[in-house]
Amino acid sequence: MATKVLDITKEHCPMTFVKTKIELSKLSEGDILEVLLAEGEPLDNVPRNAVEQGYDVISVEHVEGTTHKVTIKK
Amino acid sequence: MAKDSKKLSIIAFSGDFDKLTAVFTLATGAAAVGYEVNIFFTFWGLDAIKKKKGRAFVGGSKLTKMFGFMMGGLKVAPNSKFNFWGIGPKIFRKLMKKNNVATLEELVEAAIALEVNMYACEMAMHVLGLKKEDFIPEVKDVLGVATFLNLSDGGQTLFI
Repeated sequence: MATKVLDITKEHCPMTFVKTKIELSKLSEGDILEVLLAEGEPLDNVPRNAVEQGYDVISVEHVEGTTHKVTIKK
Repeated sequence: MAKDSKKLSIIAFSGDFDKLTAVFTLATGAAAVGYEVNIFFTFWGLDAIKKKKGRAFVGGSKLTKMFGFMMGGLKVAPNSKFNFWGIGPKIFRKLMKKNNVATLEELVEAAIALEVNMYACEMAMHVLGLKKEDFIPEVKDVLGVATFLNLSDGGQTLFI
């Protein structure tokens, strides 16, 4: 089981969820993806899309400032 | 698993830099949220999927080769507004990079990574003297209207 970190705090639509999806597709079943993202659209959409596509969102934590960490299990 | 009932089909008619950016933004965004995405490139839109990204004499006859050169590929796609003889798109690319917004080339790469289905219009290719080999290998097939209607059936369709 591997853990990968993806920083999309500086990305905008559609690359926020596009990069998340591409990273998730590279992982194996059971692997973890930690996504660092900004408030607003990315924080609203990335966890929701992950759930919609059948991935487990394990946690959403506030890191600092406007940065949050979403932990997704494939 | 992805909901396989969602589908977006885009007819990419324009070869303009800004409109192609819209095509690939929608295509990658939809693919990333689990949509099946089809893009049907026709007429000026075919410029976006040419192997030769700059200006090149692609075509069958002298006339179509000249057209091919004038139309060019993705790197020389003009803006629909504020083109200023090709300077406009260069300024936009710079602004997009500066503001961390994906450039057209990055969006095309992402569309390929997300397995967006790309098709070329048989009739327009015939008119412009283009062959399937003139396009990037990711172009799945050469189609006509009937097949496109079949592919897009039951989903949303956009003409850009």
